[in-house]
This record gives sequence, structure tokens and C-alpha cells, in this order.
Amino acid sequence: MSGRLLEITQLSKRFGGVTALDQFEMTVNRGEILGLIGPNGSGKTTSFNVVTGIYAPSQGKILFDGQDITGFTPQQVYKAGVARTFQRSRLCLPLSILDNIMIGNYGRLSKGLWFNLINRRAFQAEFEEGFDQAQALIRTFSASLADRMFEPVGSLPMIERRRIEICRALISRPKLLLLDEPSAGMTHDETKQLMDDILDVRSRIADLSVVIIEHEMGVIERITDRCIVLNYGRKICEGTYGQISTDPEVQQAYLGAE
Amino acid sequence: MTAKTLDLPKKSWLGLPALAIGLIFVALVTVYGWLFLHAESEMEVLALLVAAAIGVVAGTRSGATRNVSVAMNQHSGIMNAAIIGGVLVVIGLLSQEHFSLLMLTSVLLYLTAALGLNVQFGYTGMVNFAGAAFFGIGAYTAAVMTMHTGVPPLLILLCGGVAAALIGFVLVLPVVRTRGHYSAVVTIAFAVLFKTFLEVNDVLGGPQGLTVGSMSILGWDFNSSPTLFGVEMSFYVNYALLGTVLAAVAFMFTRRLERSWLGLTLDSVRLDETASACFGIGVTRAKILAFTFGNVLAGTAGALYGMMISFIAPTSFTFSDSLLLVAIVLLGGMGNPWGTAVAAAIVVVLPEKLQIIQEYRFLLFSVLVIVMLLFRPDGLLPRQIRTYIPGWRKQP
Ligand SMILES: Nc1ncnc2c1ncn2[C@@H]1O[C@H](COP(=O)(O)OP(=O)(O)OP(=O)(O)O)[C@@H](O)[C@H]1O
Ligand SMILES: [Mg+2]
Repeated sequence: MSGRLLEITQLSKRFGGVTALDQFEMTVNRGEILGLIGPNGSGKTTSFNVVTGIYAPSQGKILFDGQDITGFTPQQVYKAGVARTFQRSRLCLPLSILDNIMIGNYGRLSKGLWFNLINRRAFQAEFEEGFDQAQALIRTFSASLADRMFEPVGSLPMIERRRIEICRALISRPKLLLLDEPSAGMTHDETKQLMDDILDVRSRIADLSVVIIEHEMGVIERITDRCIVLNYGRKICEGTYGQISTDPEVQQAYLGAE
Repeated sequence: MTAKTLDLPKKSWLGLPALAIGLIFVALVTVYGWLFLHAESEMEVLALLVAAAIGVVAGTRSGATRNVSVAMNQHSGIMNAAIIGGVLVVIGLLSQEHFSLLMLTSVLLYLTAALGLNVQFGYTGMVNFAGAAFFGIGAYTAAVMTMHTGVPPLLILLCGGVAAALIGFVLVLPVVRTRGHYSAVVTIAFAVLFKTFLEVNDVLGGPQGLTVGSMSILGWDFNSSPTLFGVEMSFYVNYALLGTVLAAVAFMFTRRLERSWLGLTLDSVRLDETASACFGIGVTRAKILAFTFGNVLAGTAGALYGMMISFIAPTSFTFSDSLLLVAIVLLGGMGNPWGTAVAAAIVVVLPEKLQIIQEYRFLLFSVLVIVMLLFRPDGLLPRQIRTYIPGWRKQP
């Protein structure tokens, strides 16, 4: 289980005059859950956006699984084995639960015209396989969702949407899962349930690494193996929750930001 | 715009199985379509419109409409065959009437083109304001090829589609690069450019236009009147039959596209390009696919249209006609091919039947579109949740 999966070095991202990431450094080990925390606007989401290729970095290097993925397109990053969720849930609301999860599995779907339009028998076989897979995955989160695969996502409450978003990311069996504030907009109890789900999934998928951005310190304490603290786009501290929570610079950053 | 799932009704209308209700519905629509196309006085037309309104309300209230949707999904093969049968019956009943058949065929060809736009706009979110231009490219291709080559006319239909697709490739780059409204502007520019180009181009007949040769398949000339049991029929029967085939094939492929991974990709691109990219979806590839698919349909339909009316001019393919195609998609319900069919019938036939609408048709349809967008943005027949394989494991 040892070894580094993701290594970010000297990563900077500037938006005009704003430096969202400033010589940012982060390493994710295989199989660990890493917490990424920091005050509002400290660059957490930007770090995900740069890793997943939505933004090209202004500077720096990203190594993933031994491969240099700096400057990759989002599609290439996905193929390399990184999947994510978004801070503001970005599901396709008019589409069904099944549709949304299948989008996450795009890499494995057959995309030929002949296959999709003419050879419907082959399509049906692949469809059934995909359906069963998606249903089995969502069942690990919620049995009731698994029975409603053809319902539009837009009619579901927030916690269910978050679960679907995580399933959409997991269905492609990524090596690295990036979760951007999965508990945003949920109650305390819902957050706890969702974190149970995440821990459960991690225990069943060997070798899955997770980076989670989270504001609630209780959550961070409970589920992370290690944490990185960001402030003004820089890493200011790194360690277990116990170590970072007593760090004076971290306390200062949070107090200063409040 | 959330799509709705179908709730299976607990009890069906009059205790009949859904399929029976579906077939009764098709029979009623067939008779209605015949009466409407046949109607001559404005009073008759108005009476039929009132009847339609009553029918819609009664159908919704009694739950019969629900059963029709269930029949469509669970017995799609039988229902589709019944609908094609219905169209054939209408063609048979109108077989002596030139004008009614011309209208019916126009509906079928507009439907084919609008299905193409539906793929571009309804599924992928690319507004194409040059639909009539692509339709026209097909018609002009047919004109040039029927008059100057010996290519079999059936093949020329395909060439019309291919020509529209190829010229579409020229546009695709700016359309794909720009987002949202800007890509709409690109298509508007193209629509205007297309008409101006035709007007100044003497080789293509300039403002006077061109004559188009007739369709013929293996010696069966479409411009000669067929006889059945010694009765002579309108030559438009030929075009109506081929138009039915074309629309049915277009419909089938549009449906299959929607009910496939490719259709899922198109929806994903429309709803969220960034998230799509994060799951590996090639956004540009999806857009090119949708744009080309749509233009092929428009071009093919246009080629047959040109052969049918046998004479085309730049004024047949104006920006206003492109707007009508967009209106059909919006009115019917974005992404619902059945809605497109209903809307194509309304938009093509109604102005021909009611003089007042004919005069103000662009104004009226513009108002109608605005009213729809305000009060019923999902269109007459809102799109339903994707069922990949109708009737599969009792899924709705
Ligand atoms: N696309 C963009 N264009 C311009 N500035 C941006 C863009 N994205 C982020 N920023 C800026 O970069 C900085 C970091 O933003 P980021 O969203 O990464 O913060 P965050 O740590 O995720 O904050 P939060 O906890 O509020 O989600 C902010 O100042 C933000 O305004
Ligand atoms: Mg953020």
C-alpha cells in the first residue's frame, strides 16, 4: 500500500492579478484519505481544477501514477484514473440516476456509430451490464436509490444527489477520488451518513486514494489519515489531524479569516 | 426543464389494456388527420380545432393519454407500425387530392429536417438558425444532379444529405469553438449568406432558381400518376409514400441515437460541458456528431422536397423558414421527436388552412414560441426520461 500516487510540486495558478495557488506542494499516498483544508478562497477548489485539467497551471508539475500529467486535458486526466465531484453539485438534473452514473463510466462505453445505432443487440448487452453495475454501486450507498434508477436526479434531496455524484465518480474505478466539500448543504446527520458511506466504500475498494476538501473539522478528524492546510494558495501545514489542529500558524489562519 | 418519469396508471381507461387504447388513439388521429387535410371551408377547420382541444382535455382527464404513452413504450413495435399504417391510410384516402398530399408530404419532410434540428438543439443545445439553408443545400444538390448527371435519383437523395453535411463541416469549426449564443449567431450569418450567395450565383440560376428533375426508382417515375385498380391517383402519392419512408427512417435513427450512449453524451454536453470533460467526454466530437447528423437529415429531406416541387429558388429557403424549423422543435418539446411530429403538422398545415394565419404566420408563430417559452417551456409534449430499451425489465 505504500508509494506515492500523486505528487504536486511548485504548482502556481494565477487568474490575472489573483494568485490562487502559490508554489503549492501536495503528495497523496496510495490508499490514504487526505484532508485538504483552509479558509474560504485559499485555493482548495483551484487545486482540484488544475489537477483535473480544467485550468492549465501557470507553473509547476503534476505527477500522477508515475506519469507527468501537467497540462493534460480533463479527458486525459480522467483516462489516467482521476475522478472528482464538484463543490456546487454538477449533476445533470433532468437526466435519470442511471444516466448520471453512466456518464461517469464514459471511458468504458462503446462509442461507435454502428454499435449505437445499428447493432442494437450488442448495445442491449452492454446496456444491461452497465445497468447492473451502476445499480450495484448505488445500492452500497442507498437501497432506495437503487430501485429508482429511472427517476430524474432533479427531484431528489441534496444528500441523495451527493451520493449519486460520488457514484458517478466511482463507477470508472479511479485510482484517485477528489471530493470537493461533499457535505455542503447537508445537515449534521446527513453529513455523518455520507461520511460512513465514504469510509465504507474506501474499505471495499483496495488502493483507492481520496482527497477530501471539507470545512467541518469533526469530519476531517474522523475520516482523514493526514491533512494539508492551505492559506492564500500556499501550503502552511501538513500532518495528522492532531498535529495540524494544534499548529499555531493554522489557528492563526483560521482566526484571521473568521 | 426537468424531464418526467412515467407513472404507470393503476387502472387503465375503461379497463382496456394500454395497447388497445393506443391503437384506438392511432385510429382516431388517422381519421382526424384525414379530415383536417381534406377540410376546405374555414368553418370546418375551426370545428376540427375545437374538437382537438376537447379531445386533448378529455384524454388527459380520463387518463387515456397516459395509457397511450404506456403503449408507446411497452409495445413500441406494434405502435410504430400502426402509426405508419395510419399515415398510409391517410395517403390512400387522399389519393386524388393534389394539394392535400403536397401538404402531407411537406409535413413529413419538414419533420425529417426538424428531427435533425432536434438532435442539434434539443439534445446537444446547439441552436441552428440555418436549418432551411441545409434543407436548401439538399434541394440545390438535387437540382444540379438530376439535370446534369445520370446518378440514380434515390442516390441523389443521399448526396443531398452528404452535401449538407460537408458544407456543415465548414461551419462546424466556428460553431463548436464558440459557446451558446455566439454559435447561434454563426448559423444566422450562414443562413443569410447562403441566400445571398444563391441570388448572385448565375450558375445556380440566380434569383430565378432552378428546375429539379423528378424522383424515379428503377423506372418508376414519380411524376407520372400511378393507377390502382384502374383508378388514377395524384402523382403526389409517390412522393408521400417516399416521404413516409424517409421520415420513418429519420425517426428511427433519431430515437436510436437518443436511446444510446451517444445520446447520453449529447445530453451531458448540453447540460454541463465542463463536467462532461471531467468524465472523458469529447465535447467537440459530440457537437460535430450532432451537427452532422442533423444536417444530413435536413439535406436529404430538402433533396426530396426539391424533386417534389420540381422548381426551387432562393426564396424557398429563407431565414424565416429556418426560424419555422426552430419553432417546430421548441413548440413540440425540446428533445421529444413525437412532439416534433405534432408541431411540424401544426406549423405546416394550419397556415394553409386558415387564411388569417397564412398572412401573419411568422408573427403568429413568433408569438406562439414566446408564449410557450414563458408558460410551457417544455413544449406541447415534454420529453420523458430516457429509456434505453423500451419495455426492458418492465421499466416505464
Ligand atoms: N475562474 C476563476 N477566475 C478568477 N478567479 C478565480 C477563479 N477561480 C478561483 N478564483 C479565485 O481564486 C481564489 C481561490 O479560489 P478557490 O475557489 O480555489 O477557493 P476555495 O479554497 O475552494 O474556497 P471555498 O472554501 O470558498 O470553496 C479566490 O480568490 C477566487 O476568487
Ligand atoms: Mg472551493
